[in-house]
Amino acid sequence: MTALATHYDPTRENDSFSPLRFLWTVIRRDMLLAARRRGDWLTSQFFFVMVVSMFPLGIGPEPEVLRMVGPGVVWVAALLASLLSLPRLFAEDYRDGSLEQMLLSPEPTVLVTLGKALAHWCIYGIPLLLITPLLGVQFSLPAEAIGVLVISLLIGTPILSLLGSIGAALTLGLRGGGVLLTLLILPLYVPALIFGAGAVDGALSGIGYSAHLSLLAAFLVLTLMVAPWVAASALKVSIE
Amino acid sequence: MPETPAKLTVHDLACARGERTLFTGLDFELNVGQLLLVRGGNGRGKTSLLRLLCGLSSPLDGEVRWRGDPIRRTRDVYHREMTYVGHVNGVKDDLTPLENLRMAAAIADRPLDEAHALETLKRMGLERCLDLPARVLSFGQRRRVALSGLVVAGALLWILDEPLTGLDVHGVALVETLLCQHVAQGGMVVMTTHQPLALDGVDIVPLMVGELSAAPGGQ
Repeated sequence: MTALATHYDPTRENDSFSPLRFLWTVIRRDMLLAARRRGDWLTSQFFFVMVVSMFPLGIGPEPEVLRMVGPGVVWVAALLASLLSLPRLFAEDYRDGSLEQMLLSPEPTVLVTLGKALAHWCIYGIPLLLITPLLGVQFSLPAEAIGVLVISLLIGTPILSLLGSIGAALTLGLRGGGVLLTLLILPLYVPALIFGAGAVDGALSGIGYSAHLSLLAAFLVLTLMVAPWVAASALKVSIE
Repeated sequence: MPETPAKLTVHDLACARGERTLFTGLDFELNVGQLLLVRGGNGRGKTSLLRLLCGLSSPLDGEVRWRGDPIRRTRDVYHREMTYVGHVNGVKDDLTPLENLRMAAAIADRPLDEAHALETLKRMGLERCLDLPARVLSFGQRRRVALSGLVVAGALLWILDEPLTGLDVHGVALVETLLCQHVAQGGMVVMTTHQPLALDGVDIVPLMVGELSAAPGGQ
């Protein structure tokens, strides 16, 4: 048996990289677990593709109409796909007790919520960005508009993961938490939806899209600063 | 940081679940080389007490102190020196036992000695399950993985909620040995159990948790 660890380790105390290292540990952990369980996250990607593909079939083949609804449809489908995956953000770890262990880490809880939200974005957001150009073609969007759509999602999907982590933390352990999560979080998604879809509309109508994208980016910065803290407090309340 | 002696103190602690008060006015002190055995019937607040001691929940009244400071204020120091094994094991189903220990160490921000971890898993009787994901292990085996993590972490204070549930006779004997060794090395343990324990030469501090104001027994 090795000797008992002492509490005081000066090399660790002065280590200014330790929060970043811990953040990376949390992200890597969630990605490893997602890699072991591919079926879980592929469902929400397929959901996204299916929902978006249903619209051209339902609305009909007129390119004008499709171009008009396209950006909004892709954005709404992205919101719904993220909501589909969010209840699992903390639930699995809560069930098997590893969430408790993460809260008992010497590192601040806000790094846990931030790390898990970022991992959620890597797992759910990035694949979404990769499929989107293909889906844009279905709505006969011009190349420039598809580019703006992808950029708007690139800025917008982290917002969805970060805000969603608040809802996931608040509804943790509740029965029917999924529906409650949707009701709680969808209204918060509205600014992202307006600016995201608005940017693509701007590109289509020639008004320009930079204002919309700037506002979307500002919203991302705001969310990044606030959401992890709110989610951490919510998590502490939920686990008590 | 001043080198105050390791000591867990509880002052006038009160806990409530919902509307119901579980206990009030709880006072005790735990020093190096002692084991606090929390007893009490079902639903009397044993687990709630342990979660208060970890800092997972906050008390209705009173304070938990580590080395003389409230654990709220010295959270990082306290959590570095403490390991908790709760009702649920904190073992991820998709990872093998060793990966689980690796992950637990990374999350607790502790270095992991892989050879020691492997040796501990073997010692805990998991030799034949090393390549299997925890999903296919039995409840008792997963418990053993969690307890291996406890040993590997090498923390000073162990907080164990019913560590013997799901373990077979050999497992119980193993845990008894671990507890004796840990306390003999100058460690501290807070645990609950409903089973009789054979802990020779261990300084046991009994504590009854219940509706009445609990009084610490003789040492």
